[in-house]
Amino acid sequence: MPTLFEKIWSQHVVVDKGNEALLYIDRNLLHDGAFHAFTALAREGRKVRKPRQQLATADHYVPTRNRDLGIAAVDDSDAREMLRLFDANGAEHGIRCFGMSDPNQGIVHVVGPETGFTQPGITLTCGDSHTSTHGALGAYAFGIGASQLKQVLATQCLWQKKPRTLRITVDGQLGTGVTGKDVILAIIAKIGTAGATGHVIEYAGSVFRAMAMEGRLTVCNMSIEAGARAGMIAPDDVTFQYLAGREYAPKGAQWDAALEMWRALPSDGGAKFDREVSLDGSAIEPTLTWGTTPEEALPVSAAIPDPASFGDANKRAHAESALRYMDLKPGTLLTDIKIDRVFIGTCTNGRIADLRAAAAVLKGRKVTVQGWVSPGSTVTKRQAEAEGLHRIFEEAGLEWRASGCSGCAAMNGDFVPAGMRSASTSNRNFEGRQGKGARTHLMSPAMAAAAAVTGRITDVRTLMGAH
Amino acid sequence: MKPFTKLTAVAAPFDMANIDTDKIIPARYLRKLRTADAGYDPWLFYDMRFDADGKEKPEFILNQAPWRNTCIVVAAANFGCGSSREGAVYAMMDWGIRAAIAPSFGDIHYANEIQNGMLPAILAEEHCAVLRAQLKAKPGSTITIDLEPQTITGPDGKSYQFDIEPVFKERLLKGLDDVGLVLQELPAIEAFEKRHFAKMPWIA
Repeated sequence: MPTLFEKIWSQHVVVDKGNEALLYIDRNLLHDGAFHAFTALAREGRKVRKPRQQLATADHYVPTRNRDLGIAAVDDSDAREMLRLFDANGAEHGIRCFGMSDPNQGIVHVVGPETGFTQPGITLTCGDSHTSTHGALGAYAFGIGASQLKQVLATQCLWQKKPRTLRITVDGQLGTGVTGKDVILAIIAKIGTAGATGHVIEYAGSVFRAMAMEGRLTVCNMSIEAGARAGMIAPDDVTFQYLAGREYAPKGAQWDAALEMWRALPSDGGAKFDREVSLDGSAIEPTLTWGTTPEEALPVSAAIPDPASFGDANKRAHAESALRYMDLKPGTLLTDIKIDRVFIGTCTNGRIADLRAAAAVLKGRKVTVQGWVSPGSTVTKRQAEAEGLHRIFEEAGLEWRASGCSGCAAMNGDFVPAGMRSASTSNRNFEGRQGKGARTHLMSPAMAAAAAVTGRITDVRTLMGAH
Repeated sequence: MKPFTKLTAVAAPFDMANIDTDKIIPARYLRKLRTADAGYDPWLFYDMRFDADGKEKPEFILNQAPWRNTCIVVAAANFGCGSSREGAVYAMMDWGIRAAIAPSFGDIHYANEIQNGMLPAILAEEHCAVLRAQLKAKPGSTITIDLEPQTITGPDGKSYQFDIEPVFKERLLKGLDDVGLVLQELPAIEAFEKRHFAKMPWIA
């Protein structure tokens, strides 16, 4: 009675040594931060063993402004070198490579699903912690560092210790204005940033069954913020409809064969998980972070907690330090917090459904703070423009930019200035993440749009259906 | 890779839980090439170590005289959570840190330490707290880590048993390179691929 994860694991074990297994990696994604792995490969005189099982896209270092200028748009000489190395390494090893001016360029975790490179039942790695995203399609996908990335490039295999399993069941029905982002923030607030360390999460229950692919990708994306090795959702008709016809998805008779295999992947009825957690989906409100770790999250109706009320000494010390950094006082209502910047995009919330949700709030309204929208991929950008979403953002007063990691990793020159407070659809509110001294509140695209309109944290439900 | 066997060295206590890899090395320094002449040590804990003008913050532990030669970090829970950046390990190793002791680690960072010959030693929370208190009471005191028997001996001479998976222990003791270990299995990999791609030809 295996779980979804156990089925994929056992289908990919090349050598089983009991306490560790040599795991086959079907597909590997690369981005412009992968240069350490390529440098090590060259130093050891090794080649990429399976170039066709790789896909590369530039995202971390690409500028989101003046992209029509090409490489000249990159001010920083180090970043220019990263992008030059990205193209050179791809060409040298014969890897499909979406450089900064390619029409398919985008954030690696948006491009994988969007091109059909990510599929149910496969093992997938990438040198990035948010690789957990791809589990939304029923893949076993996990982030690795540069040394293990070098190994995948050289061998297509990794020695791995089998992780434990955790099922998180969310039943009920989500209320209006409540999205995948709110669900995953509520989960992390409940289990903690180390709550799933050493585990693969399977998300189950009526809330995920009813969720569109974009929401599932958001949920799985932030599995790593709970410490999980990976997050997964059983493939179903939502998955198959999403994949059908995409560039690298199987076609014709192969599609039929794939469907038959994919339909056998979901966990068996009596499958046992090492741990189980459940939440009531109907009780989840729009949720956002107030501190400097994703577990420091609360419903929008709440007030900043008093660290003195925390029983756990570690959590108390962390909250005290977080409130100093965030310049917040216990007892302040979240909706009384003023913001200075808005950032909509990223591998968490830069997909078309995310942009539509933000645009629905902004339509016919003006923002009162500076902010920008960076679509998750260039394909998503074109689609949003075809739908006229870019005009809604621009007329509201937000900048409509090109695709990249942008203000989430803050490695490309896009950042939030020190002391400024941002409403952000990204995945990490760590100190300094969006720029040195930047104060980040993580929330959904609709909530970020609402904050942009009022200039403070706002319950998006108060702006819905009002015009 | 340099083997890790036994180390007696100055240890620094870090009380805060959830020290993420963004703290260990801010993202803006990951674009630097790492060479034999230019390591990642200048960027270690950069925003905790330096103020806005690039001056050392005297209150930060590694800036204080007794801890300038730190080779061991004793941390709290969830050390190295967050980003997969191996630059966090490069920065610690290039500074001279060869081991981290904590009750728990971020999974990816844990693997990155192993891959670089740095020891992530898992030690019970209460024992980590005792060690940190002793290190603060006697700044600059040393800890001994012996990997073969899996023992940590604190400044007061008391020893504790730490956890590490046997397969990781072997790699560290022998300084084994994972690519080499994988390539030993090349015939098995090729046989696997033949079977696997017969079932899923669209993956190849």
